[in-house]
Amino acid sequence: MIYQDSKTLLEVHGLRASVKGVEILKGLDFTVKSGEVHAIMGPNGSGKSTFAKVLAGHTDYEVTAGSARFEGKNLFDLLPEERARAGVFLAFQYPIEIPGVANSQFLRLTYNTMQAQRGHEELDPLEFDDFVREKMKLLEMSPDFLGRSVNEGFSGGEKKRNEILQMALLDPRLAILDETDSGLDIDALRIVSQGVNQLANKENAIVLVTHYQRLLNYIVPDFVHVMEAGRIVKTGDKSLALELEKRGYDWVAAERLAAAVAA
Amino acid sequence: MSAVLQKLIGQPYKHGFVTAIETDVAPKGLNKNTIRMISAKKNEPEWLLDFRLKSYQAWLKMEEPKWPNVHYPKIDFQAISYYAAPKQKAKLKSMDEVDPELLRTFEKLGVPLHERMALAGVAVDVIFDSVSVATTYKDKLAEVGVIFCSMSEAVLDHPELVQKYLGTVVPTGDNYYAALNSAVFTDGSFCFIPKGVKCPMDLSTYFRINTEESGQFERTLIIAEEGASVSYLEGCTAPAFSTNQLHAAVVELVALDNADIKYSTVQNWYAGDENGVGGIYNFVTKRGLAKGVNSRISWTQVETGSAITWKYPSVVLRGDHSVGEFYSVAVTNHRQQADTGTKMIHIGKNTRSTIVSKGISAGRSNNSYRGLVRIAPTAAGARNYSQCDSMLIGDQAGANTFPYLQVRNHTAKVEHEASTSKIGEDQLFYFAQRGIGAEAAVSMIINGFCKDVFQQLPMEFAVEATKLLGFKLEGSVG
Repeated sequence: MIYQDSKTLLEVHGLRASVKGVEILKGLDFTVKSGEVHAIMGPNGSGKSTFAKVLAGHTDYEVTAGSARFEGKNLFDLLPEERARAGVFLAFQYPIEIPGVANSQFLRLTYNTMQAQRGHEELDPLEFDDFVREKMKLLEMSPDFLGRSVNEGFSGGEKKRNEILQMALLDPRLAILDETDSGLDIDALRIVSQGVNQLANKENAIVLVTHYQRLLNYIVPDFVHVMEAGRIVKTGDKSLALELEKRGYDWVAAERLAAAVAA
Repeated sequence: MSAVLQKLIGQPYKHGFVTAIETDVAPKGLNKNTIRMISAKKNEPEWLLDFRLKSYQAWLKMEEPKWPNVHYPKIDFQAISYYAAPKQKAKLKSMDEVDPELLRTFEKLGVPLHERMALAGVAVDVIFDSVSVATTYKDKLAEVGVIFCSMSEAVLDHPELVQKYLGTVVPTGDNYYAALNSAVFTDGSFCFIPKGVKCPMDLSTYFRINTEESGQFERTLIIAEEGASVSYLEGCTAPAFSTNQLHAAVVELVALDNADIKYSTVQNWYAGDENGVGGIYNFVTKRGLAKGVNSRISWTQVETGSAITWKYPSVVLRGDHSVGEFYSVAVTNHRQQADTGTKMIHIGKNTRSTIVSKGISAGRSNNSYRGLVRIAPTAAGARNYSQCDSMLIGDQAGANTFPYLQVRNHTAKVEHEASTSKIGEDQLFYFAQRGIGAEAAVSMIINGFCKDVFQQLPMEFAVEATKLLGFKLEGSVG
């Protein structure tokens, strides 16, 4: 939701980034204020997921130009774990499996790391168990998940729920959801979306990276951006997503071309 | 990223110091006279000298095993000194007579020699180079009939027991290094748990090689009579020399009817530097004979050190319904090479064995699991379960699994599972994205990976093992 007294959370200017020498992001501008929900859409290979990973600090990507400020801090000065502790959360498109590490243990460690960062009290295993079970109800997750290894043998939908569970535990300022809707059936999509909606508030912001308009029926965006060839080329409100659904992406490029010729 | 991992795994060796102590070192080289000299120094009976000389003759005719997946320059057995001992009085009356320099050494290594100061109540036998320098809690153990002393003392004080069991599990000509050990072994620990006795405390031997260019050839013999049980712990360290030292030990365990022996090792010999210079060649034969019905022998090992490890703690399951177990974590880094595993030889009916092996390879090391499960025609109803997991850290390390299954009884059931995984950048990024730094992440992954083995270790050892891996446990116990 757009608030009058919102604060700028993220400000990205002229961002260029490459992976193995190939430039993917080519001068990207993007601003997010507190309380807002943004959707970034765009064809395959347009750089949506790269943008998400660059913000989170994945080491495969090299930032070659531009800036990103998060709550006034230079994001690129921070290590990935420092960005996370500052409140940047990425729900992964493909959450990785970590065999041998119990989900409960992992969730508690990440939760307590964040609590310590914020000067709040850490929870012992028993207290945490009560706490996490409450959060799991929100996502209709079975308590079995706690005893299993992190993401190991989870179905696609279970992995995505586990991501949103972590978002619920960590209470981030900026949550970037990278294709959280892919691989979800209708019921799972509804549950995950409800979870995200309950977590959205005036202080935080959500960026949805998605291919499909379907997700946006459940999580309604304030802004819809179209990404193409490493830049955001069009921004609109939620109706833009519906138009994209109907007409595809090609018309956006055609429109830009026409505008360029006219100028 | 891999630099971070390397830093975590490649923590400096903390036990690499040398103790300045006057040492009695035999001239280098091996011949019959060397063996006579060792035997004479220990006032050994004639039969033991014969045992040694026969072993030596057997050894001369044998060849070094070429099948392990390890590579090293040929060892010059004439360039090794076969006896090195700190100079001290012939026989110590109490711990107060131990050279203070030695006491300081073991204090530094965290081994409690003062009984009053020992918190854990673990009896310790301490082997420094070739000889045992101290054994704690001997008197207290004697009250319940448990004999715990150095092998040298056992030979003199309990010759009938030593003669009855020595070489019965690992025969003198068993393999190249066992034969060498049988010829030149200098000391080791001896434990005897009489019928029906549950050993009231854990027994432990701590091995320390101090002298450069000497070999350590210790011999350990543990006997648990009918219904007896014991938990035995072994620890080892060595100074950091740029030369290689040879450690060729033999350990024999005998479990009679309903007896139970649990043998745990945390092996932390010097592994050489990051370029593979120096380090211990650890060529060890460990075998248990589950001789009686319902007997049980369990090996747990955490192998972190040595330049080369060649070691297969095994169980011969002769008694009906006997049980053999092998739990192992082997960690290699830099240029370390490990070829380790176990042998489970099922002879008795309804015998059962479990193998859980976890190999972690980092740097340019090479880590191989080699295991044999043999079901003899007599072993009706035998069962084996094997699980061999390898974890790779970085992209220059090697992991191999060589399982050998020989099943000659159709009622037997043998299962083998294997997996290979890798600590990858994506896993570490996932942790980082949740605020968890690389150190804590690796610690959590490694501890998770080794959990099945670590939980077999006695408490104090489990703590030490975790520390040994160079990782902090903070936050991951839960």
